[in-house]
Amino acid sequence: MTIIGWLQAIAFFAVVLALTKPLGLYMMRVFGGERTLLSPVLVPVERAIYRLSGVREDEEMSWFVYALCVLAFSLISLVYLYVLLRTQQRLPFNPQHFGNFAPDLAWNTAVSFTTNTNWQFYSGESTMSYLSQMAGPAWHNFVSAAAGIAIAMAVIRGVVRTSAKTLGNFWVDLTRCCLYVLLPISVVVGLFFVWQGVPQNFNAYREVTTVTGVTQTITGGPMASQEVIKELGTNGGGFVNANSASPNENPNPLTDFIELILIFSLGAGLTYTYGRMAGDTRQGWAIFAAMSLLFFAGFAAAYAAEAAGNPLVHRLGVLGANLEGKEVRFGAAASALFATVTTDTSCGAVNAMHDSFTALGGLVPLVNMQLGEIVFGGVGSGLYGMIVFVVLTVFIAGLMVGRTPELLGKKIERREVQFAILAILVTPILVLVPTAIASVTPAGLATLNNAGPHGFSEILYAFSSTNANNGSAFAGLGPNLFYNVATGINMLFGRFAVIVPVLALAGALAGKRAVAQNVGTFTTNSGIFVALLLGTILIVGALTFLPADALGPIVEHLLVLQGKTF
Amino acid sequence: MLSQRRLERRPQARPLFDRAIALRAIGDSFKKLDPRWMMRNPVMFIVEVGALVTTLFFARDVLARTPQLGFDFAISAWLWFTVIFANFAEAVAEGRGKAQADTLRRTKSDTLAKRVVGDTVETIASSLLRKGDIVRVEAGEVIPGDGEVSRGAAMVDESAITGESAPVVREAGGDRSAVTGGTRVLSDTIEVRITANPGETFLDRMIGLVEGAQRQKTPNEIALSILLSGLTIVFLIAVATLLPYSIYAGARQTLPVLIALLVCLIPTTIGGLLSAIGIAGMDRVMQRNVLAMSGRAVEAAGDVDTLLLDKTGTITLGNRHATEIITADGVSARDAASCAHLSSVADETPEGRSIVLLAAQAGISTDHPAEATFVPFSAYTRMSGVDLPDGTMIRKGAPDAVIAWVRVAGGEPHADLAAHVERIARAGGTPLLLARNAAVLGVIHLKDILKPNMRERFDRLRAMGIRTVMITGDNPLTAAAIATEAGVDDFLAEATPETKMALIKREQQSGRLVAMTGDGTNDAPALAQADVGVAMNSGTQAAKEAANMVDLDSDPTKLIEIVEIGKQLLMTRGALTTFSIANDVAKYFAILPAMFAAAYPAMGVLNVMHLATPQSAILSAVIFNALVIIALVPLALRGVKYAPKGADAVLRENVLIYGLGGILVPFVGIKLIDMLLSALHLT
Repeated sequence: MTIIGWLQAIAFFAVVLALTKPLGLYMMRVFGGERTLLSPVLVPVERAIYRLSGVREDEEMSWFVYALCVLAFSLISLVYLYVLLRTQQRLPFNPQHFGNFAPDLAWNTAVSFTTNTNWQFYSGESTMSYLSQMAGPAWHNFVSAAAGIAIAMAVIRGVVRTSAKTLGNFWVDLTRCCLYVLLPISVVVGLFFVWQGVPQNFNAYREVTTVTGVTQTITGGPMASQEVIKELGTNGGGFVNANSASPNENPNPLTDFIELILIFSLGAGLTYTYGRMAGDTRQGWAIFAAMSLLFFAGFAAAYAAEAAGNPLVHRLGVLGANLEGKEVRFGAAASALFATVTTDTSCGAVNAMHDSFTALGGLVPLVNMQLGEIVFGGVGSGLYGMIVFVVLTVFIAGLMVGRTPELLGKKIERREVQFAILAILVTPILVLVPTAIASVTPAGLATLNNAGPHGFSEILYAFSSTNANNGSAFAGLGPNLFYNVATGINMLFGRFAVIVPVLALAGALAGKRAVAQNVGTFTTNSGIFVALLLGTILIVGALTFLPADALGPIVEHLLVLQGKTF
Repeated sequence: MLSQRRLERRPQARPLFDRAIALRAIGDSFKKLDPRWMMRNPVMFIVEVGALVTTLFFARDVLARTPQLGFDFAISAWLWFTVIFANFAEAVAEGRGKAQADTLRRTKSDTLAKRVVGDTVETIASSLLRKGDIVRVEAGEVIPGDGEVSRGAAMVDESAITGESAPVVREAGGDRSAVTGGTRVLSDTIEVRITANPGETFLDRMIGLVEGAQRQKTPNEIALSILLSGLTIVFLIAVATLLPYSIYAGARQTLPVLIALLVCLIPTTIGGLLSAIGIAGMDRVMQRNVLAMSGRAVEAAGDVDTLLLDKTGTITLGNRHATEIITADGVSARDAASCAHLSSVADETPEGRSIVLLAAQAGISTDHPAEATFVPFSAYTRMSGVDLPDGTMIRKGAPDAVIAWVRVAGGEPHADLAAHVERIARAGGTPLLLARNAAVLGVIHLKDILKPNMRERFDRLRAMGIRTVMITGDNPLTAAAIATEAGVDDFLAEATPETKMALIKREQQSGRLVAMTGDGTNDAPALAQADVGVAMNSGTQAAKEAANMVDLDSDPTKLIEIVEIGKQLLMTRGALTTFSIANDVAKYFAILPAMFAAAYPAMGVLNVMHLATPQSAILSAVIFNALVIIALVPLALRGVKYAPKGADAVLRENVLIYGLGGILVPFVGIKLIDMLLSALHLT
């Protein structure tokens, strides 16, 4: 590890920290319907949208109606993308004349983008028309992210409101998020990316002869516009297969740095929004602190493993960090940082090949996803995932002060525990069970790139990533009918089987009266609470996956030390 | 002084493990193996199923003479022990209640009752008595059923119910009329109107409660059970999927090994002790002679934010003493003293008696004049006095009440008296105005005597975040002086049942849980409205029915102890849950390397405890898991150490002991068991 390497991480984190309060405050105003800098321009647009769609701005929804709207909206989005991909051949903006997607691949891709996962069993540059890219993935990148943030807002309202029946209006939250938050940032940073060299055109690909005399295809397309929202909305689906490792999507260390910041910024900002809406910013900072500690722990582990390199390669006389599958222009530190950040959140964009990481370096993204991506997390989903852990921590540890546990004065009782546990159950079921099926069935084993523990890690990674709606891949695993269908189902349940109980939890909390707080009350804004929250996350969240991880990356690491590879 | 002695009295010291209770509990822990019973506790039910499956594997081993016969036997035996230990914890907790129920049942032995029908008295079995019957009970006889004294007064020995040997007075009318079946009349004869049918009496309910027959899971217990079931499902998935994973890895695991891992990971420690903790909490309340009508009430006590404490009897000793009579201008001291005497001679309250004493010191002694009507004190009039046959009316009482009374009669009090009233009130005394017809004669100074050590108690409550509000009929000035002296946070002066009710509702609306004590019939609505209402056993039937706890010693100070027990109950649950979950870290480190030691010898690095063999590692974890339940039974029954502190301090301490301790202890424990197993060559 080098000081420069660490400075990259620290500088990155410092910028995120600086953005947290202004972004959080801005989002609070936007979702509260208050005036912002952009109101003069955007309010008429917003009103027009409501008029056209018949949405009543001031009509609030119960958790159940809110959840129904989320589900209905997602279902329509899913069908829409499926149809688009199945018919792209005949539609315009297809200079490369790509054919239609096969049914199972179209299903997988439609689910993938609807759920904010952006798992890609296809290569964008060789299968998807420009129209599909813009009207499909790019559009979904906005709305699936906006849906996530909308749900987070509904959950925050549920936690902070008292004796309330409603959590807000999904359509209003969705519209405001796209209009005021995602679009303005995307426009500005998109132009910045164009300036830095990210393509933005409708040209067909170019065949060029390189200096070495080889012909090479240079891809084009509306890339910059999609690049921003890919990170900002923690979507992660690359325009091209190489994602942010490609010089077109991510030309230089500066764009790399900006992309990292985009990934964390909204998730971080939402913690502040939460604190402000709770009437105590320390509530938000406590969550921010827990997230930050997990981030630094993950980065330290990944960077240490990558910087230490592969002992087998060292034995061949090639010393130094593990650079296999990495862009030399980014190096070990920036690659480890990107891998940590992209899996802390549900982004899944990559600037290096996770499959080529050392065993322990690859363990970090895996664990991050198995925790449910709660380190700033997917936009919105990170916060509501964390709030589930907060509820559990409050319930377990809160009892130790001798009162019925309370979160912001609301008693955590039967219903709250029930919904929190339902949400917690989703990840172990959806990660461990499909991995178990795949690891002993011919279909699951057919497309593995490696044998032994590394092959196992590829399966485990695929289901961890799809369940957590991350979308990054341990690229060794290839698509087939089994994986197309199984990961599709996994993505779908990974998102909505969490959203429904989380909204129910919010609904239950919203309806509660707040009890008075006094010195006998368990506080959720102190250092000891942060420690307890981390303990709960690690013991309840991570220990479940220890057996699986032990048979994957951990044992692989131990075997590599003994000189065995797979 | 009786009340003072009660205050000092420590809970009856019953040893944690009585021999008879323990023996009965051992038998019960086997009876509870019935799957229909075990299903109520999903965590332990899973362990039982696991024990059964491993036993079947052992049986197969015996038939096939496989080499892992010894191992499978040991695992299945220890899994059975795990279940039995958990059952034992519950059985012991229940046994303590049952022992108490047996004692109570002995007092219930069928007695004869003398039923009054018209002018005649017939003798029937007490089991034939019905609500509304009138029975006569003479000195030396046992009261045949619950009821209210309808005629007469008597000394009653209630030790069978309360364990308190000092007899109490029970008399017709007022707030001391309730009698309980099974108690004994010591002097005089009373007539009692029966208020409960056989089988529904206080004693029957008490037996039911202590036996746990009516025990239902409390809200917090249900929520915790859901959490534990959820965690169990999580670990069930983690372990079940390990079978295919191990097949992929070429190191297929046997079912007994997987079951061993599962049992170690699911929260058996808290799962096994959860119901024992709840029963023991009820039992601790019971040992302080408080009868909680439900576990829910005990739990709610832990959440209380505001304690409403009656000044009299709780903060001050019941008896206020009259120390001086200040006369109004133009009224002779003798006249005032004589009127004060007349108004109090039939007044049996301690204040009334002290006024008679004071007047006697001034040389006045008259009998209650014939045909005079005594006007007793009531919470509405806040006055008492006497109406003489010649039409003279004498009243003494709260100044504002007396002034109003005098004004109705067309009089006006002397202005200088107001200064005296204020001076007395400021000093924390109680000023009583004395009036005859339309004239105020003077002020009687009643002095309150504070109970000892109350200030420390209120400080302790404040440290726990609980506000104390003193309830008193005194005027605001007196109340403020006593409140300051006693160290309560707030007071409600000139309290009437309505203002008391309003205070409770106000507190509840601002999100606070309220606890109060009461004994009178007019306390009943407030007792019902409060989140925790403790009725005094000496109180009326109405008060007892409205409350969710009854204090058999009739000691209002006990409310404070009840709150502490409630808090301790919740803390014990939280501490053991944390401990149980934290234990998993070490168990993983014991079992995982052992499982894959053959397929991946490199995993030996994770065997941080250096356990001797894979088999001894797994067995040690299972044994530790079983023994820790037994080791924690005393803690579950006694409750975690409790000190009145703020939440942050309590949390820091408990996290250190049960969280950090929960991570470290099993490392040591499993290692020690492993060393022992190796030394004995058992693996």
